Amino acid sequence: MSDTDRFFDEMLTPEGTPRGPYASYGRWFDGEDLRELRKKSAEAENFFRRTGITFNVYGQAEADERLIPFDIVPRVISAREWARLTKGIEQRVRAINAFLHDIYHRQEILRAGRVPVEIIARNDAFLPQMIGMAPPGNVYTHIVGTDLVRTGEDEFFVLEDNARTPSGVSYMLENRETMLQMFPELFTRIKVQEVSDYPRDLRRSLAASAPSNCSGDCTVAILTPGIHNSAYFEHAFLADQMGIELVEGHDLRILDGKVAMRTTEGYKPIDVLYRRVDDDFLDPLSFNPESQLGVPGIMDVYRAGGITIANAPGTGIADDKAIYSYMPDIVEFYTGEKAILQNVPTWRCSEAESLKYVLDNLSELVVKEVHGSGGYGMLVGPAASKKELAAFRKKLEARPANYIAQPTLALSTVPILTQKGLAPRHVDLRPFVLVAPDRISITPGGLTRVALKKGSLVVNSSQGGGTKDTWVLEE
Amino acid sequence: MLGKTAGGLFWMFRYLERSENTARLIEAGFRIALTRADGDDDEWGSVLQTAAVAHLYYQKHETLEAAKAIDFLLRDATNPSSVLTAISAARMNARLVRTAITREVWEAVNDTYMILKQRLTRPVSARDLPEVLALIRQQSALVRGAMHGTMLRNDIFDFCRLGTFLERADNTARILDVKYYVLLPSISQIGSSLDNVQWETILRSVAGQRAYRWITQGETSPMGIADFLVFDGRMPRSLAFSVGKMATNLAYLERAYGQRHPCHDQIDVISARLTHGTIERVFEDGLHEFITDFLTDIARLGQQVETDYRFLG
Repeated sequence: MSDTDRFFDEMLTPEGTPRGPYASYGRWFDGEDLRELRKKSAEAENFFRRTGITFNVYGQAEADERLIPFDIVPRVISAREWARLTKGIEQRVRAINAFLHDIYHRQEILRAGRVPVEIIARNDAFLPQMIGMAPPGNVYTHIVGTDLVRTGEDEFFVLEDNARTPSGVSYMLENRETMLQMFPELFTRIKVQEVSDYPRDLRRSLAASAPSNCSGDCTVAILTPGIHNSAYFEHAFLADQMGIELVEGHDLRILDGKVAMRTTEGYKPIDVLYRRVDDDFLDPLSFNPESQLGVPGIMDVYRAGGITIANAPGTGIADDKAIYSYMPDIVEFYTGEKAILQNVPTWRCSEAESLKYVLDNLSELVVKEVHGSGGYGMLVGPAASKKELAAFRKKLEARPANYIAQPTLALSTVPILTQKGLAPRHVDLRPFVLVAPDRISITPGGLTRVALKKGSLVVNSSQGGGTKDTWVLEE
Repeated sequence: MLGKTAGGLFWMFRYLERSENTARLIEAGFRIALTRADGDDDEWGSVLQTAAVAHLYYQKHETLEAAKAIDFLLRDATNPSSVLTAISAARMNARLVRTAITREVWEAVNDTYMILKQRLTRPVSARDLPEVLALIRQQSALVRGAMHGTMLRNDIFDFCRLGTFLERADNTARILDVKYYVLLPSISQIGSSLDNVQWETILRSVAGQRAYRWITQGETSPMGIADFLVFDGRMPRSLAFSVGKMATNLAYLERAYGQRHPCHDQIDVISARLTHGTIERVFEDGLHEFITDFLTDIARLGQQVETDYRFLG
């Protein structure tokens, strides 16, 4: 069986003609000179390097800044496909917020036996400090990045919910900016929905979630772990685009029941803090006492209604990989509807029967750490060597509850530009969702990550993945 | 604006100015070495002293050698004033204050960093030195141009300018501090060619040789050079000019924030000494003492600005 049969190519049919959404792009591409396009590719890299769109790689001796490779072939989604996706995402995000409220209050879903108690009780992502606490506007996840994969014409799966601090939105914006600069003529031919409103929408959405005692102009700020964080560029970029301050823990202190930032004119109170610092480091008085990144006492201010923290502490319980397998039930429980978007079938290795299945079929499966992210510590069975499989088997047997397993999905492909022309590569998609008390909005587009290595299924930037501009077509 | 951001801007521009000044010092040192017959490397000693890194140099090298000194000033990572360290520090601060500077300023700084890092991967040969120094000057001009062309004239701009001119005043004062003896009247040296070379070096280190000749119609005198570097408000690297700019920018901040701080009193005192003083008076009281006092005052001013505008928590 050839690759073209096994994997859904989003651009081309098996006969090699462009599918509907790619029709105009395909015509344009056929009229272009490959060498010229290769030159544009190099230009794009230069553009990114100059702009400083870089990330730092953890675990590398030289903490140098790296570029995420950018591919100039866009990923195109039709208006119809997008409409269905957004409906599904919105439903899912609504359910996640209801779930979080429930889990930190009456815990109906546990009482109903739809989610086992142990999975919450023994979970580090569950924060007892949040019990009984209602965040302003009852919003827990102000910003969500839902990871989707596709396996066929109408087959989309949710891979991860990313309800803590999803990153990558700066790439969505800068990738588009780069495409607009390099191929302005394309955008006059093809009507693509704008993504540039995102920073304004984000600011408005955050301000709408301000504490009720904030009247008039609310002060919003971004909290970053600092210049050495892998996503620092994004933090600075968003602050700049929103016209708000980018603060670090040592810029902040508690004054008169508010979190205040040290400005050149004295301390100024903050109403909404978009934090890109993990729960554990947020407040040394409530969580990790060693943390230098947070603000001592911020949780007290939060509990007293003096500040909005976005996303709320403790949201990690909703995107935990052990919870993930229960998402279809969670959606149904809170919305009363069947989930529009499918879950990937998941084996919880904590269950003896599942563990046995996973061990028996290890070379066919993808195994992930329950609390892992970024593609670290995961096993892609079909791509692993005998040695790697054996080593992973040991880890699994030692701590089964630490893992879940999923079938290796036949991820769809979108072509990238190579030396020899177009070549299919596997992709995923992360649309970005904003949740305010009164509305949920999803920017038409998102971050398409692409595995640049032929045949690779791992799209993470830390593992050799690149990105593409994502086009949602106008109706 | 965050106090931290103000501090980042201040230091970003101090470091940019420093890299340019170090390049100018190397240029002057290189020039004097070329014009000397005896070929000794003494001049590099005073260049290192002016850059306030002589002690660091001797921690690394036992003897003073032109090639080693040049490399130390251009590229050495242990030298906080080397061109490469200063540019890296400037860029690091630029990343920190990315939200306060325009995209064009950021790109100019980032480009400068990438270009110089590339060019300074290996030691620079004497043959390539002039070209590399020109490149550094050019890149500095690019950043300055981007800043002047694209940034709002607000408190952000004021902190940038304060950094530039504090560093510049400090640098010019250091040149005078190390070379003051050349400018003092001494019977044995009067009229000797050594003096002329030394004076020329001083003017070269502040890119003022042509301007000085133009102003004085070719008449070179020690007191004239000192006057030019201390009191001449037309000379963009003189103490009077730099202090005047700082006074203006601090006054803008006072007006913008509606708040007067101790640093404002300090700059008034420093300013008054330069607007009311004369070079004759300075020579009478001692040029060296004047310069030493000035360096102390400038350092104190820097600390006061840091406190008054809450650069640190």
